[in-house]
Amino acid sequence: MNTKQILRGTTVGLGLMVGLASAAMAEEITIATVNNGDMVRMQSLAPQWEQATGNKINWVVLEENVLRQNVTTDISTGGGQYDVMTIGTYEAPIWGANDWLVSLNDGMAEDWDADDLLPAIRGGLTVDGTLYAAPFYGESSMVMYRTDLMEKAGLEMPEAPTWQFIREAAAAMTDRDNDINGICARGKAGWGENMAFLSAMANSFGARWFDMDWNAQFDSPEWKETLTFYLDMMNESGPAGAANNGFNENLTLFQQGKCGMWIDATVAASFVTNPADSTVADKVGFALAPDTGLGKRGNWLWAWSLAIPASSEKVDVAKDFISWATGKGYTELVAENEGWANVPPGTRTSLYENQAYLDAAPFAEMTLKSINSADPQNPSVQEVPYTGIQFVAIPEFAGIATQVGQLFSDALAGNRSADEALNAAQELTTEEMEAAGY
Amino acid sequence: MARAITPRKKIMWTALAWGIGLLIFFPIMWTFLTSFKSEATAISDPPVWFIFDWTTENYSAVLARSNYPLALTNSIVIAVGSTLLGILIAVPAAWAMAFVPGKRTKDVLLWMLSTKMLPAVGVLYPLVLIAKYFGVMDSRILLVVILMLINLPIIVWMLYTYFREIPGEILEAARMDGASLKNEIIYVLTPMAVPGIASTILLNIILAWNEAFWTILLTTVNAAPLTKFIASFSAPEGLFYAKLSAASIMAIAPILIMGWFSQKQLVRGLTFGAVK
Repeated sequence: MNTKQILRGTTVGLGLMVGLASAAMAEEITIATVNNGDMVRMQSLAPQWEQATGNKINWVVLEENVLRQNVTTDISTGGGQYDVMTIGTYEAPIWGANDWLVSLNDGMAEDWDADDLLPAIRGGLTVDGTLYAAPFYGESSMVMYRTDLMEKAGLEMPEAPTWQFIREAAAAMTDRDNDINGICARGKAGWGENMAFLSAMANSFGARWFDMDWNAQFDSPEWKETLTFYLDMMNESGPAGAANNGFNENLTLFQQGKCGMWIDATVAASFVTNPADSTVADKVGFALAPDTGLGKRGNWLWAWSLAIPASSEKVDVAKDFISWATGKGYTELVAENEGWANVPPGTRTSLYENQAYLDAAPFAEMTLKSINSADPQNPSVQEVPYTGIQFVAIPEFAGIATQVGQLFSDALAGNRSADEALNAAQELTTEEMEAAGY
Repeated sequence: MARAITPRKKIMWTALAWGIGLLIFFPIMWTFLTSFKSEATAISDPPVWFIFDWTTENYSAVLARSNYPLALTNSIVIAVGSTLLGILIAVPAAWAMAFVPGKRTKDVLLWMLSTKMLPAVGVLYPLVLIAKYFGVMDSRILLVVILMLINLPIIVWMLYTYFREIPGEILEAARMDGASLKNEIIYVLTPMAVPGIASTILLNIILAWNEAFWTILLTTVNAAPLTKFIASFSAPEGLFYAKLSAASIMAIAPILIMGWFSQKQLVRGLTFGAVK
């Protein structure tokens, strides 16, 4: 065998090895996600990741509740249909504790800086020191209000209003003849709809879901105060048919100029200030969620996050994708393509130190303050045995809260009194919790 | 003696029929109109009817973001496949029940129908585990079989009612002429029952087309039909009504067109059986 032959053999061998290696690397992953604006944007930018890595993504986009149903079935049966799934701060701690998710403590890209994540958001996705999901966008809730209507009413919105002020301002701004409602808030039944709003609001009134022995607390004076205040305020100054209004319905009303104030997710700020969709884009101000002076505000905390189910067989590729989608580079990519105002908010400290972002997003400061003021470990004024602000991080919560939400929505529709709704809620929650073994 | 129909009565009934028809059709028409609006116009108040900037951008956005041809193919395969498979099994079954009933035929029929009363979610986990065991998750064949099983009671019941209208003497005559059982079913019974079978097929294709529990939960990408396609355009945080409308129109258009063309058979079939 001469040198030439040896060389040729080696070259062919090396070529084969390289070929095999790259063939082994090109994988197909399936990602389940929701149809929210930021996610749709991720989907449209993902081909850049596909080109850079040679991998291919199958997208499964679903409505939030359908997604939850799909993903829960898959994950609890070890179905292995998905490699990356979009989950929230409610699922991450429960599923993480069940060993259903892959730890993201290691194996992420080197420049994926975990310490840069906002502490409140990171804490909500961590169980016993293990990070189970990477936040894609984070949100709290805050007050969005019409600056022109506030001025017309002769009032000035403080940065940190009280519930009493909100109620009075709502009554002053309400102008039924011109179809302007002082306050818009969620009324549609659902644990992620009206109960998110009411649970967070209850925290600021000193109420809690359970005491330290897991006893339901709907018979407490604090819950009665919360619900009565909510019903009175909505009846005085809320829109007609408020019991059917969720996020999207209120967004529509606000963009049409029919709400004086709207208390909801911080992510709505970029929608209502977007002149393409909103008729009131240049007349919106922001304030922290209200309190009652007890030391807790009525704002929640949520992070749409990407996680890897334990049944996935392509963990490395999935981690590579998550590193890309939730890393700092992605933020810059969105800014380049769609402008800074459209980057996914609420996950990284560095974003809020970026002057270009602060200049482009008038709501940035208030979003950060809202997120930072949320404490999922100590959500209420009183001590609680659970984590979560607008939810209780136990598997039974979604079912219970949806039923309670129906009772409260019914009360808003005028079909039952606050007392009747609270009594029924107390009975129902106690029964369900006993059945669950608490 | 035939009843006299005065022109006034005629006009009144026609107007009423049109009114009911339009009322039922209104949601589809509104979805159709919304699908050509911009997202801002879609939520405008007061609502805009016909005078707006018609745009097809929602359709191009929907097409760009998802694999419509695959979803459509899957829907057709699943709906038609499950119905034909069901007919294949139900024709002999209904023949037996209609022409050679046993002591317990009525009970069997009722028992079959009773399976429709079980909430589907009750068997979700067993079915997912079985599908996983056989490695058929996210496959068309799984959905063809599942939807066939789900609709089989209805197919059998419908065919049974149609077959009962056919005089047994005709089949007897065929038998006396030496027709085998197979030939009796294929050449004598089936041609007489064509309107009934046709309407059974049409109705079951529609049922399978609209099935939105199993088709969403047992599929991910490869076998995902139009039901999953629509679900992907509903958004909890953000207003995409125009795009959702465009996706809905694309999903219902094929079945709607099929319904229009086969209206005659559908109505004749539905009024031919027990409820004539």
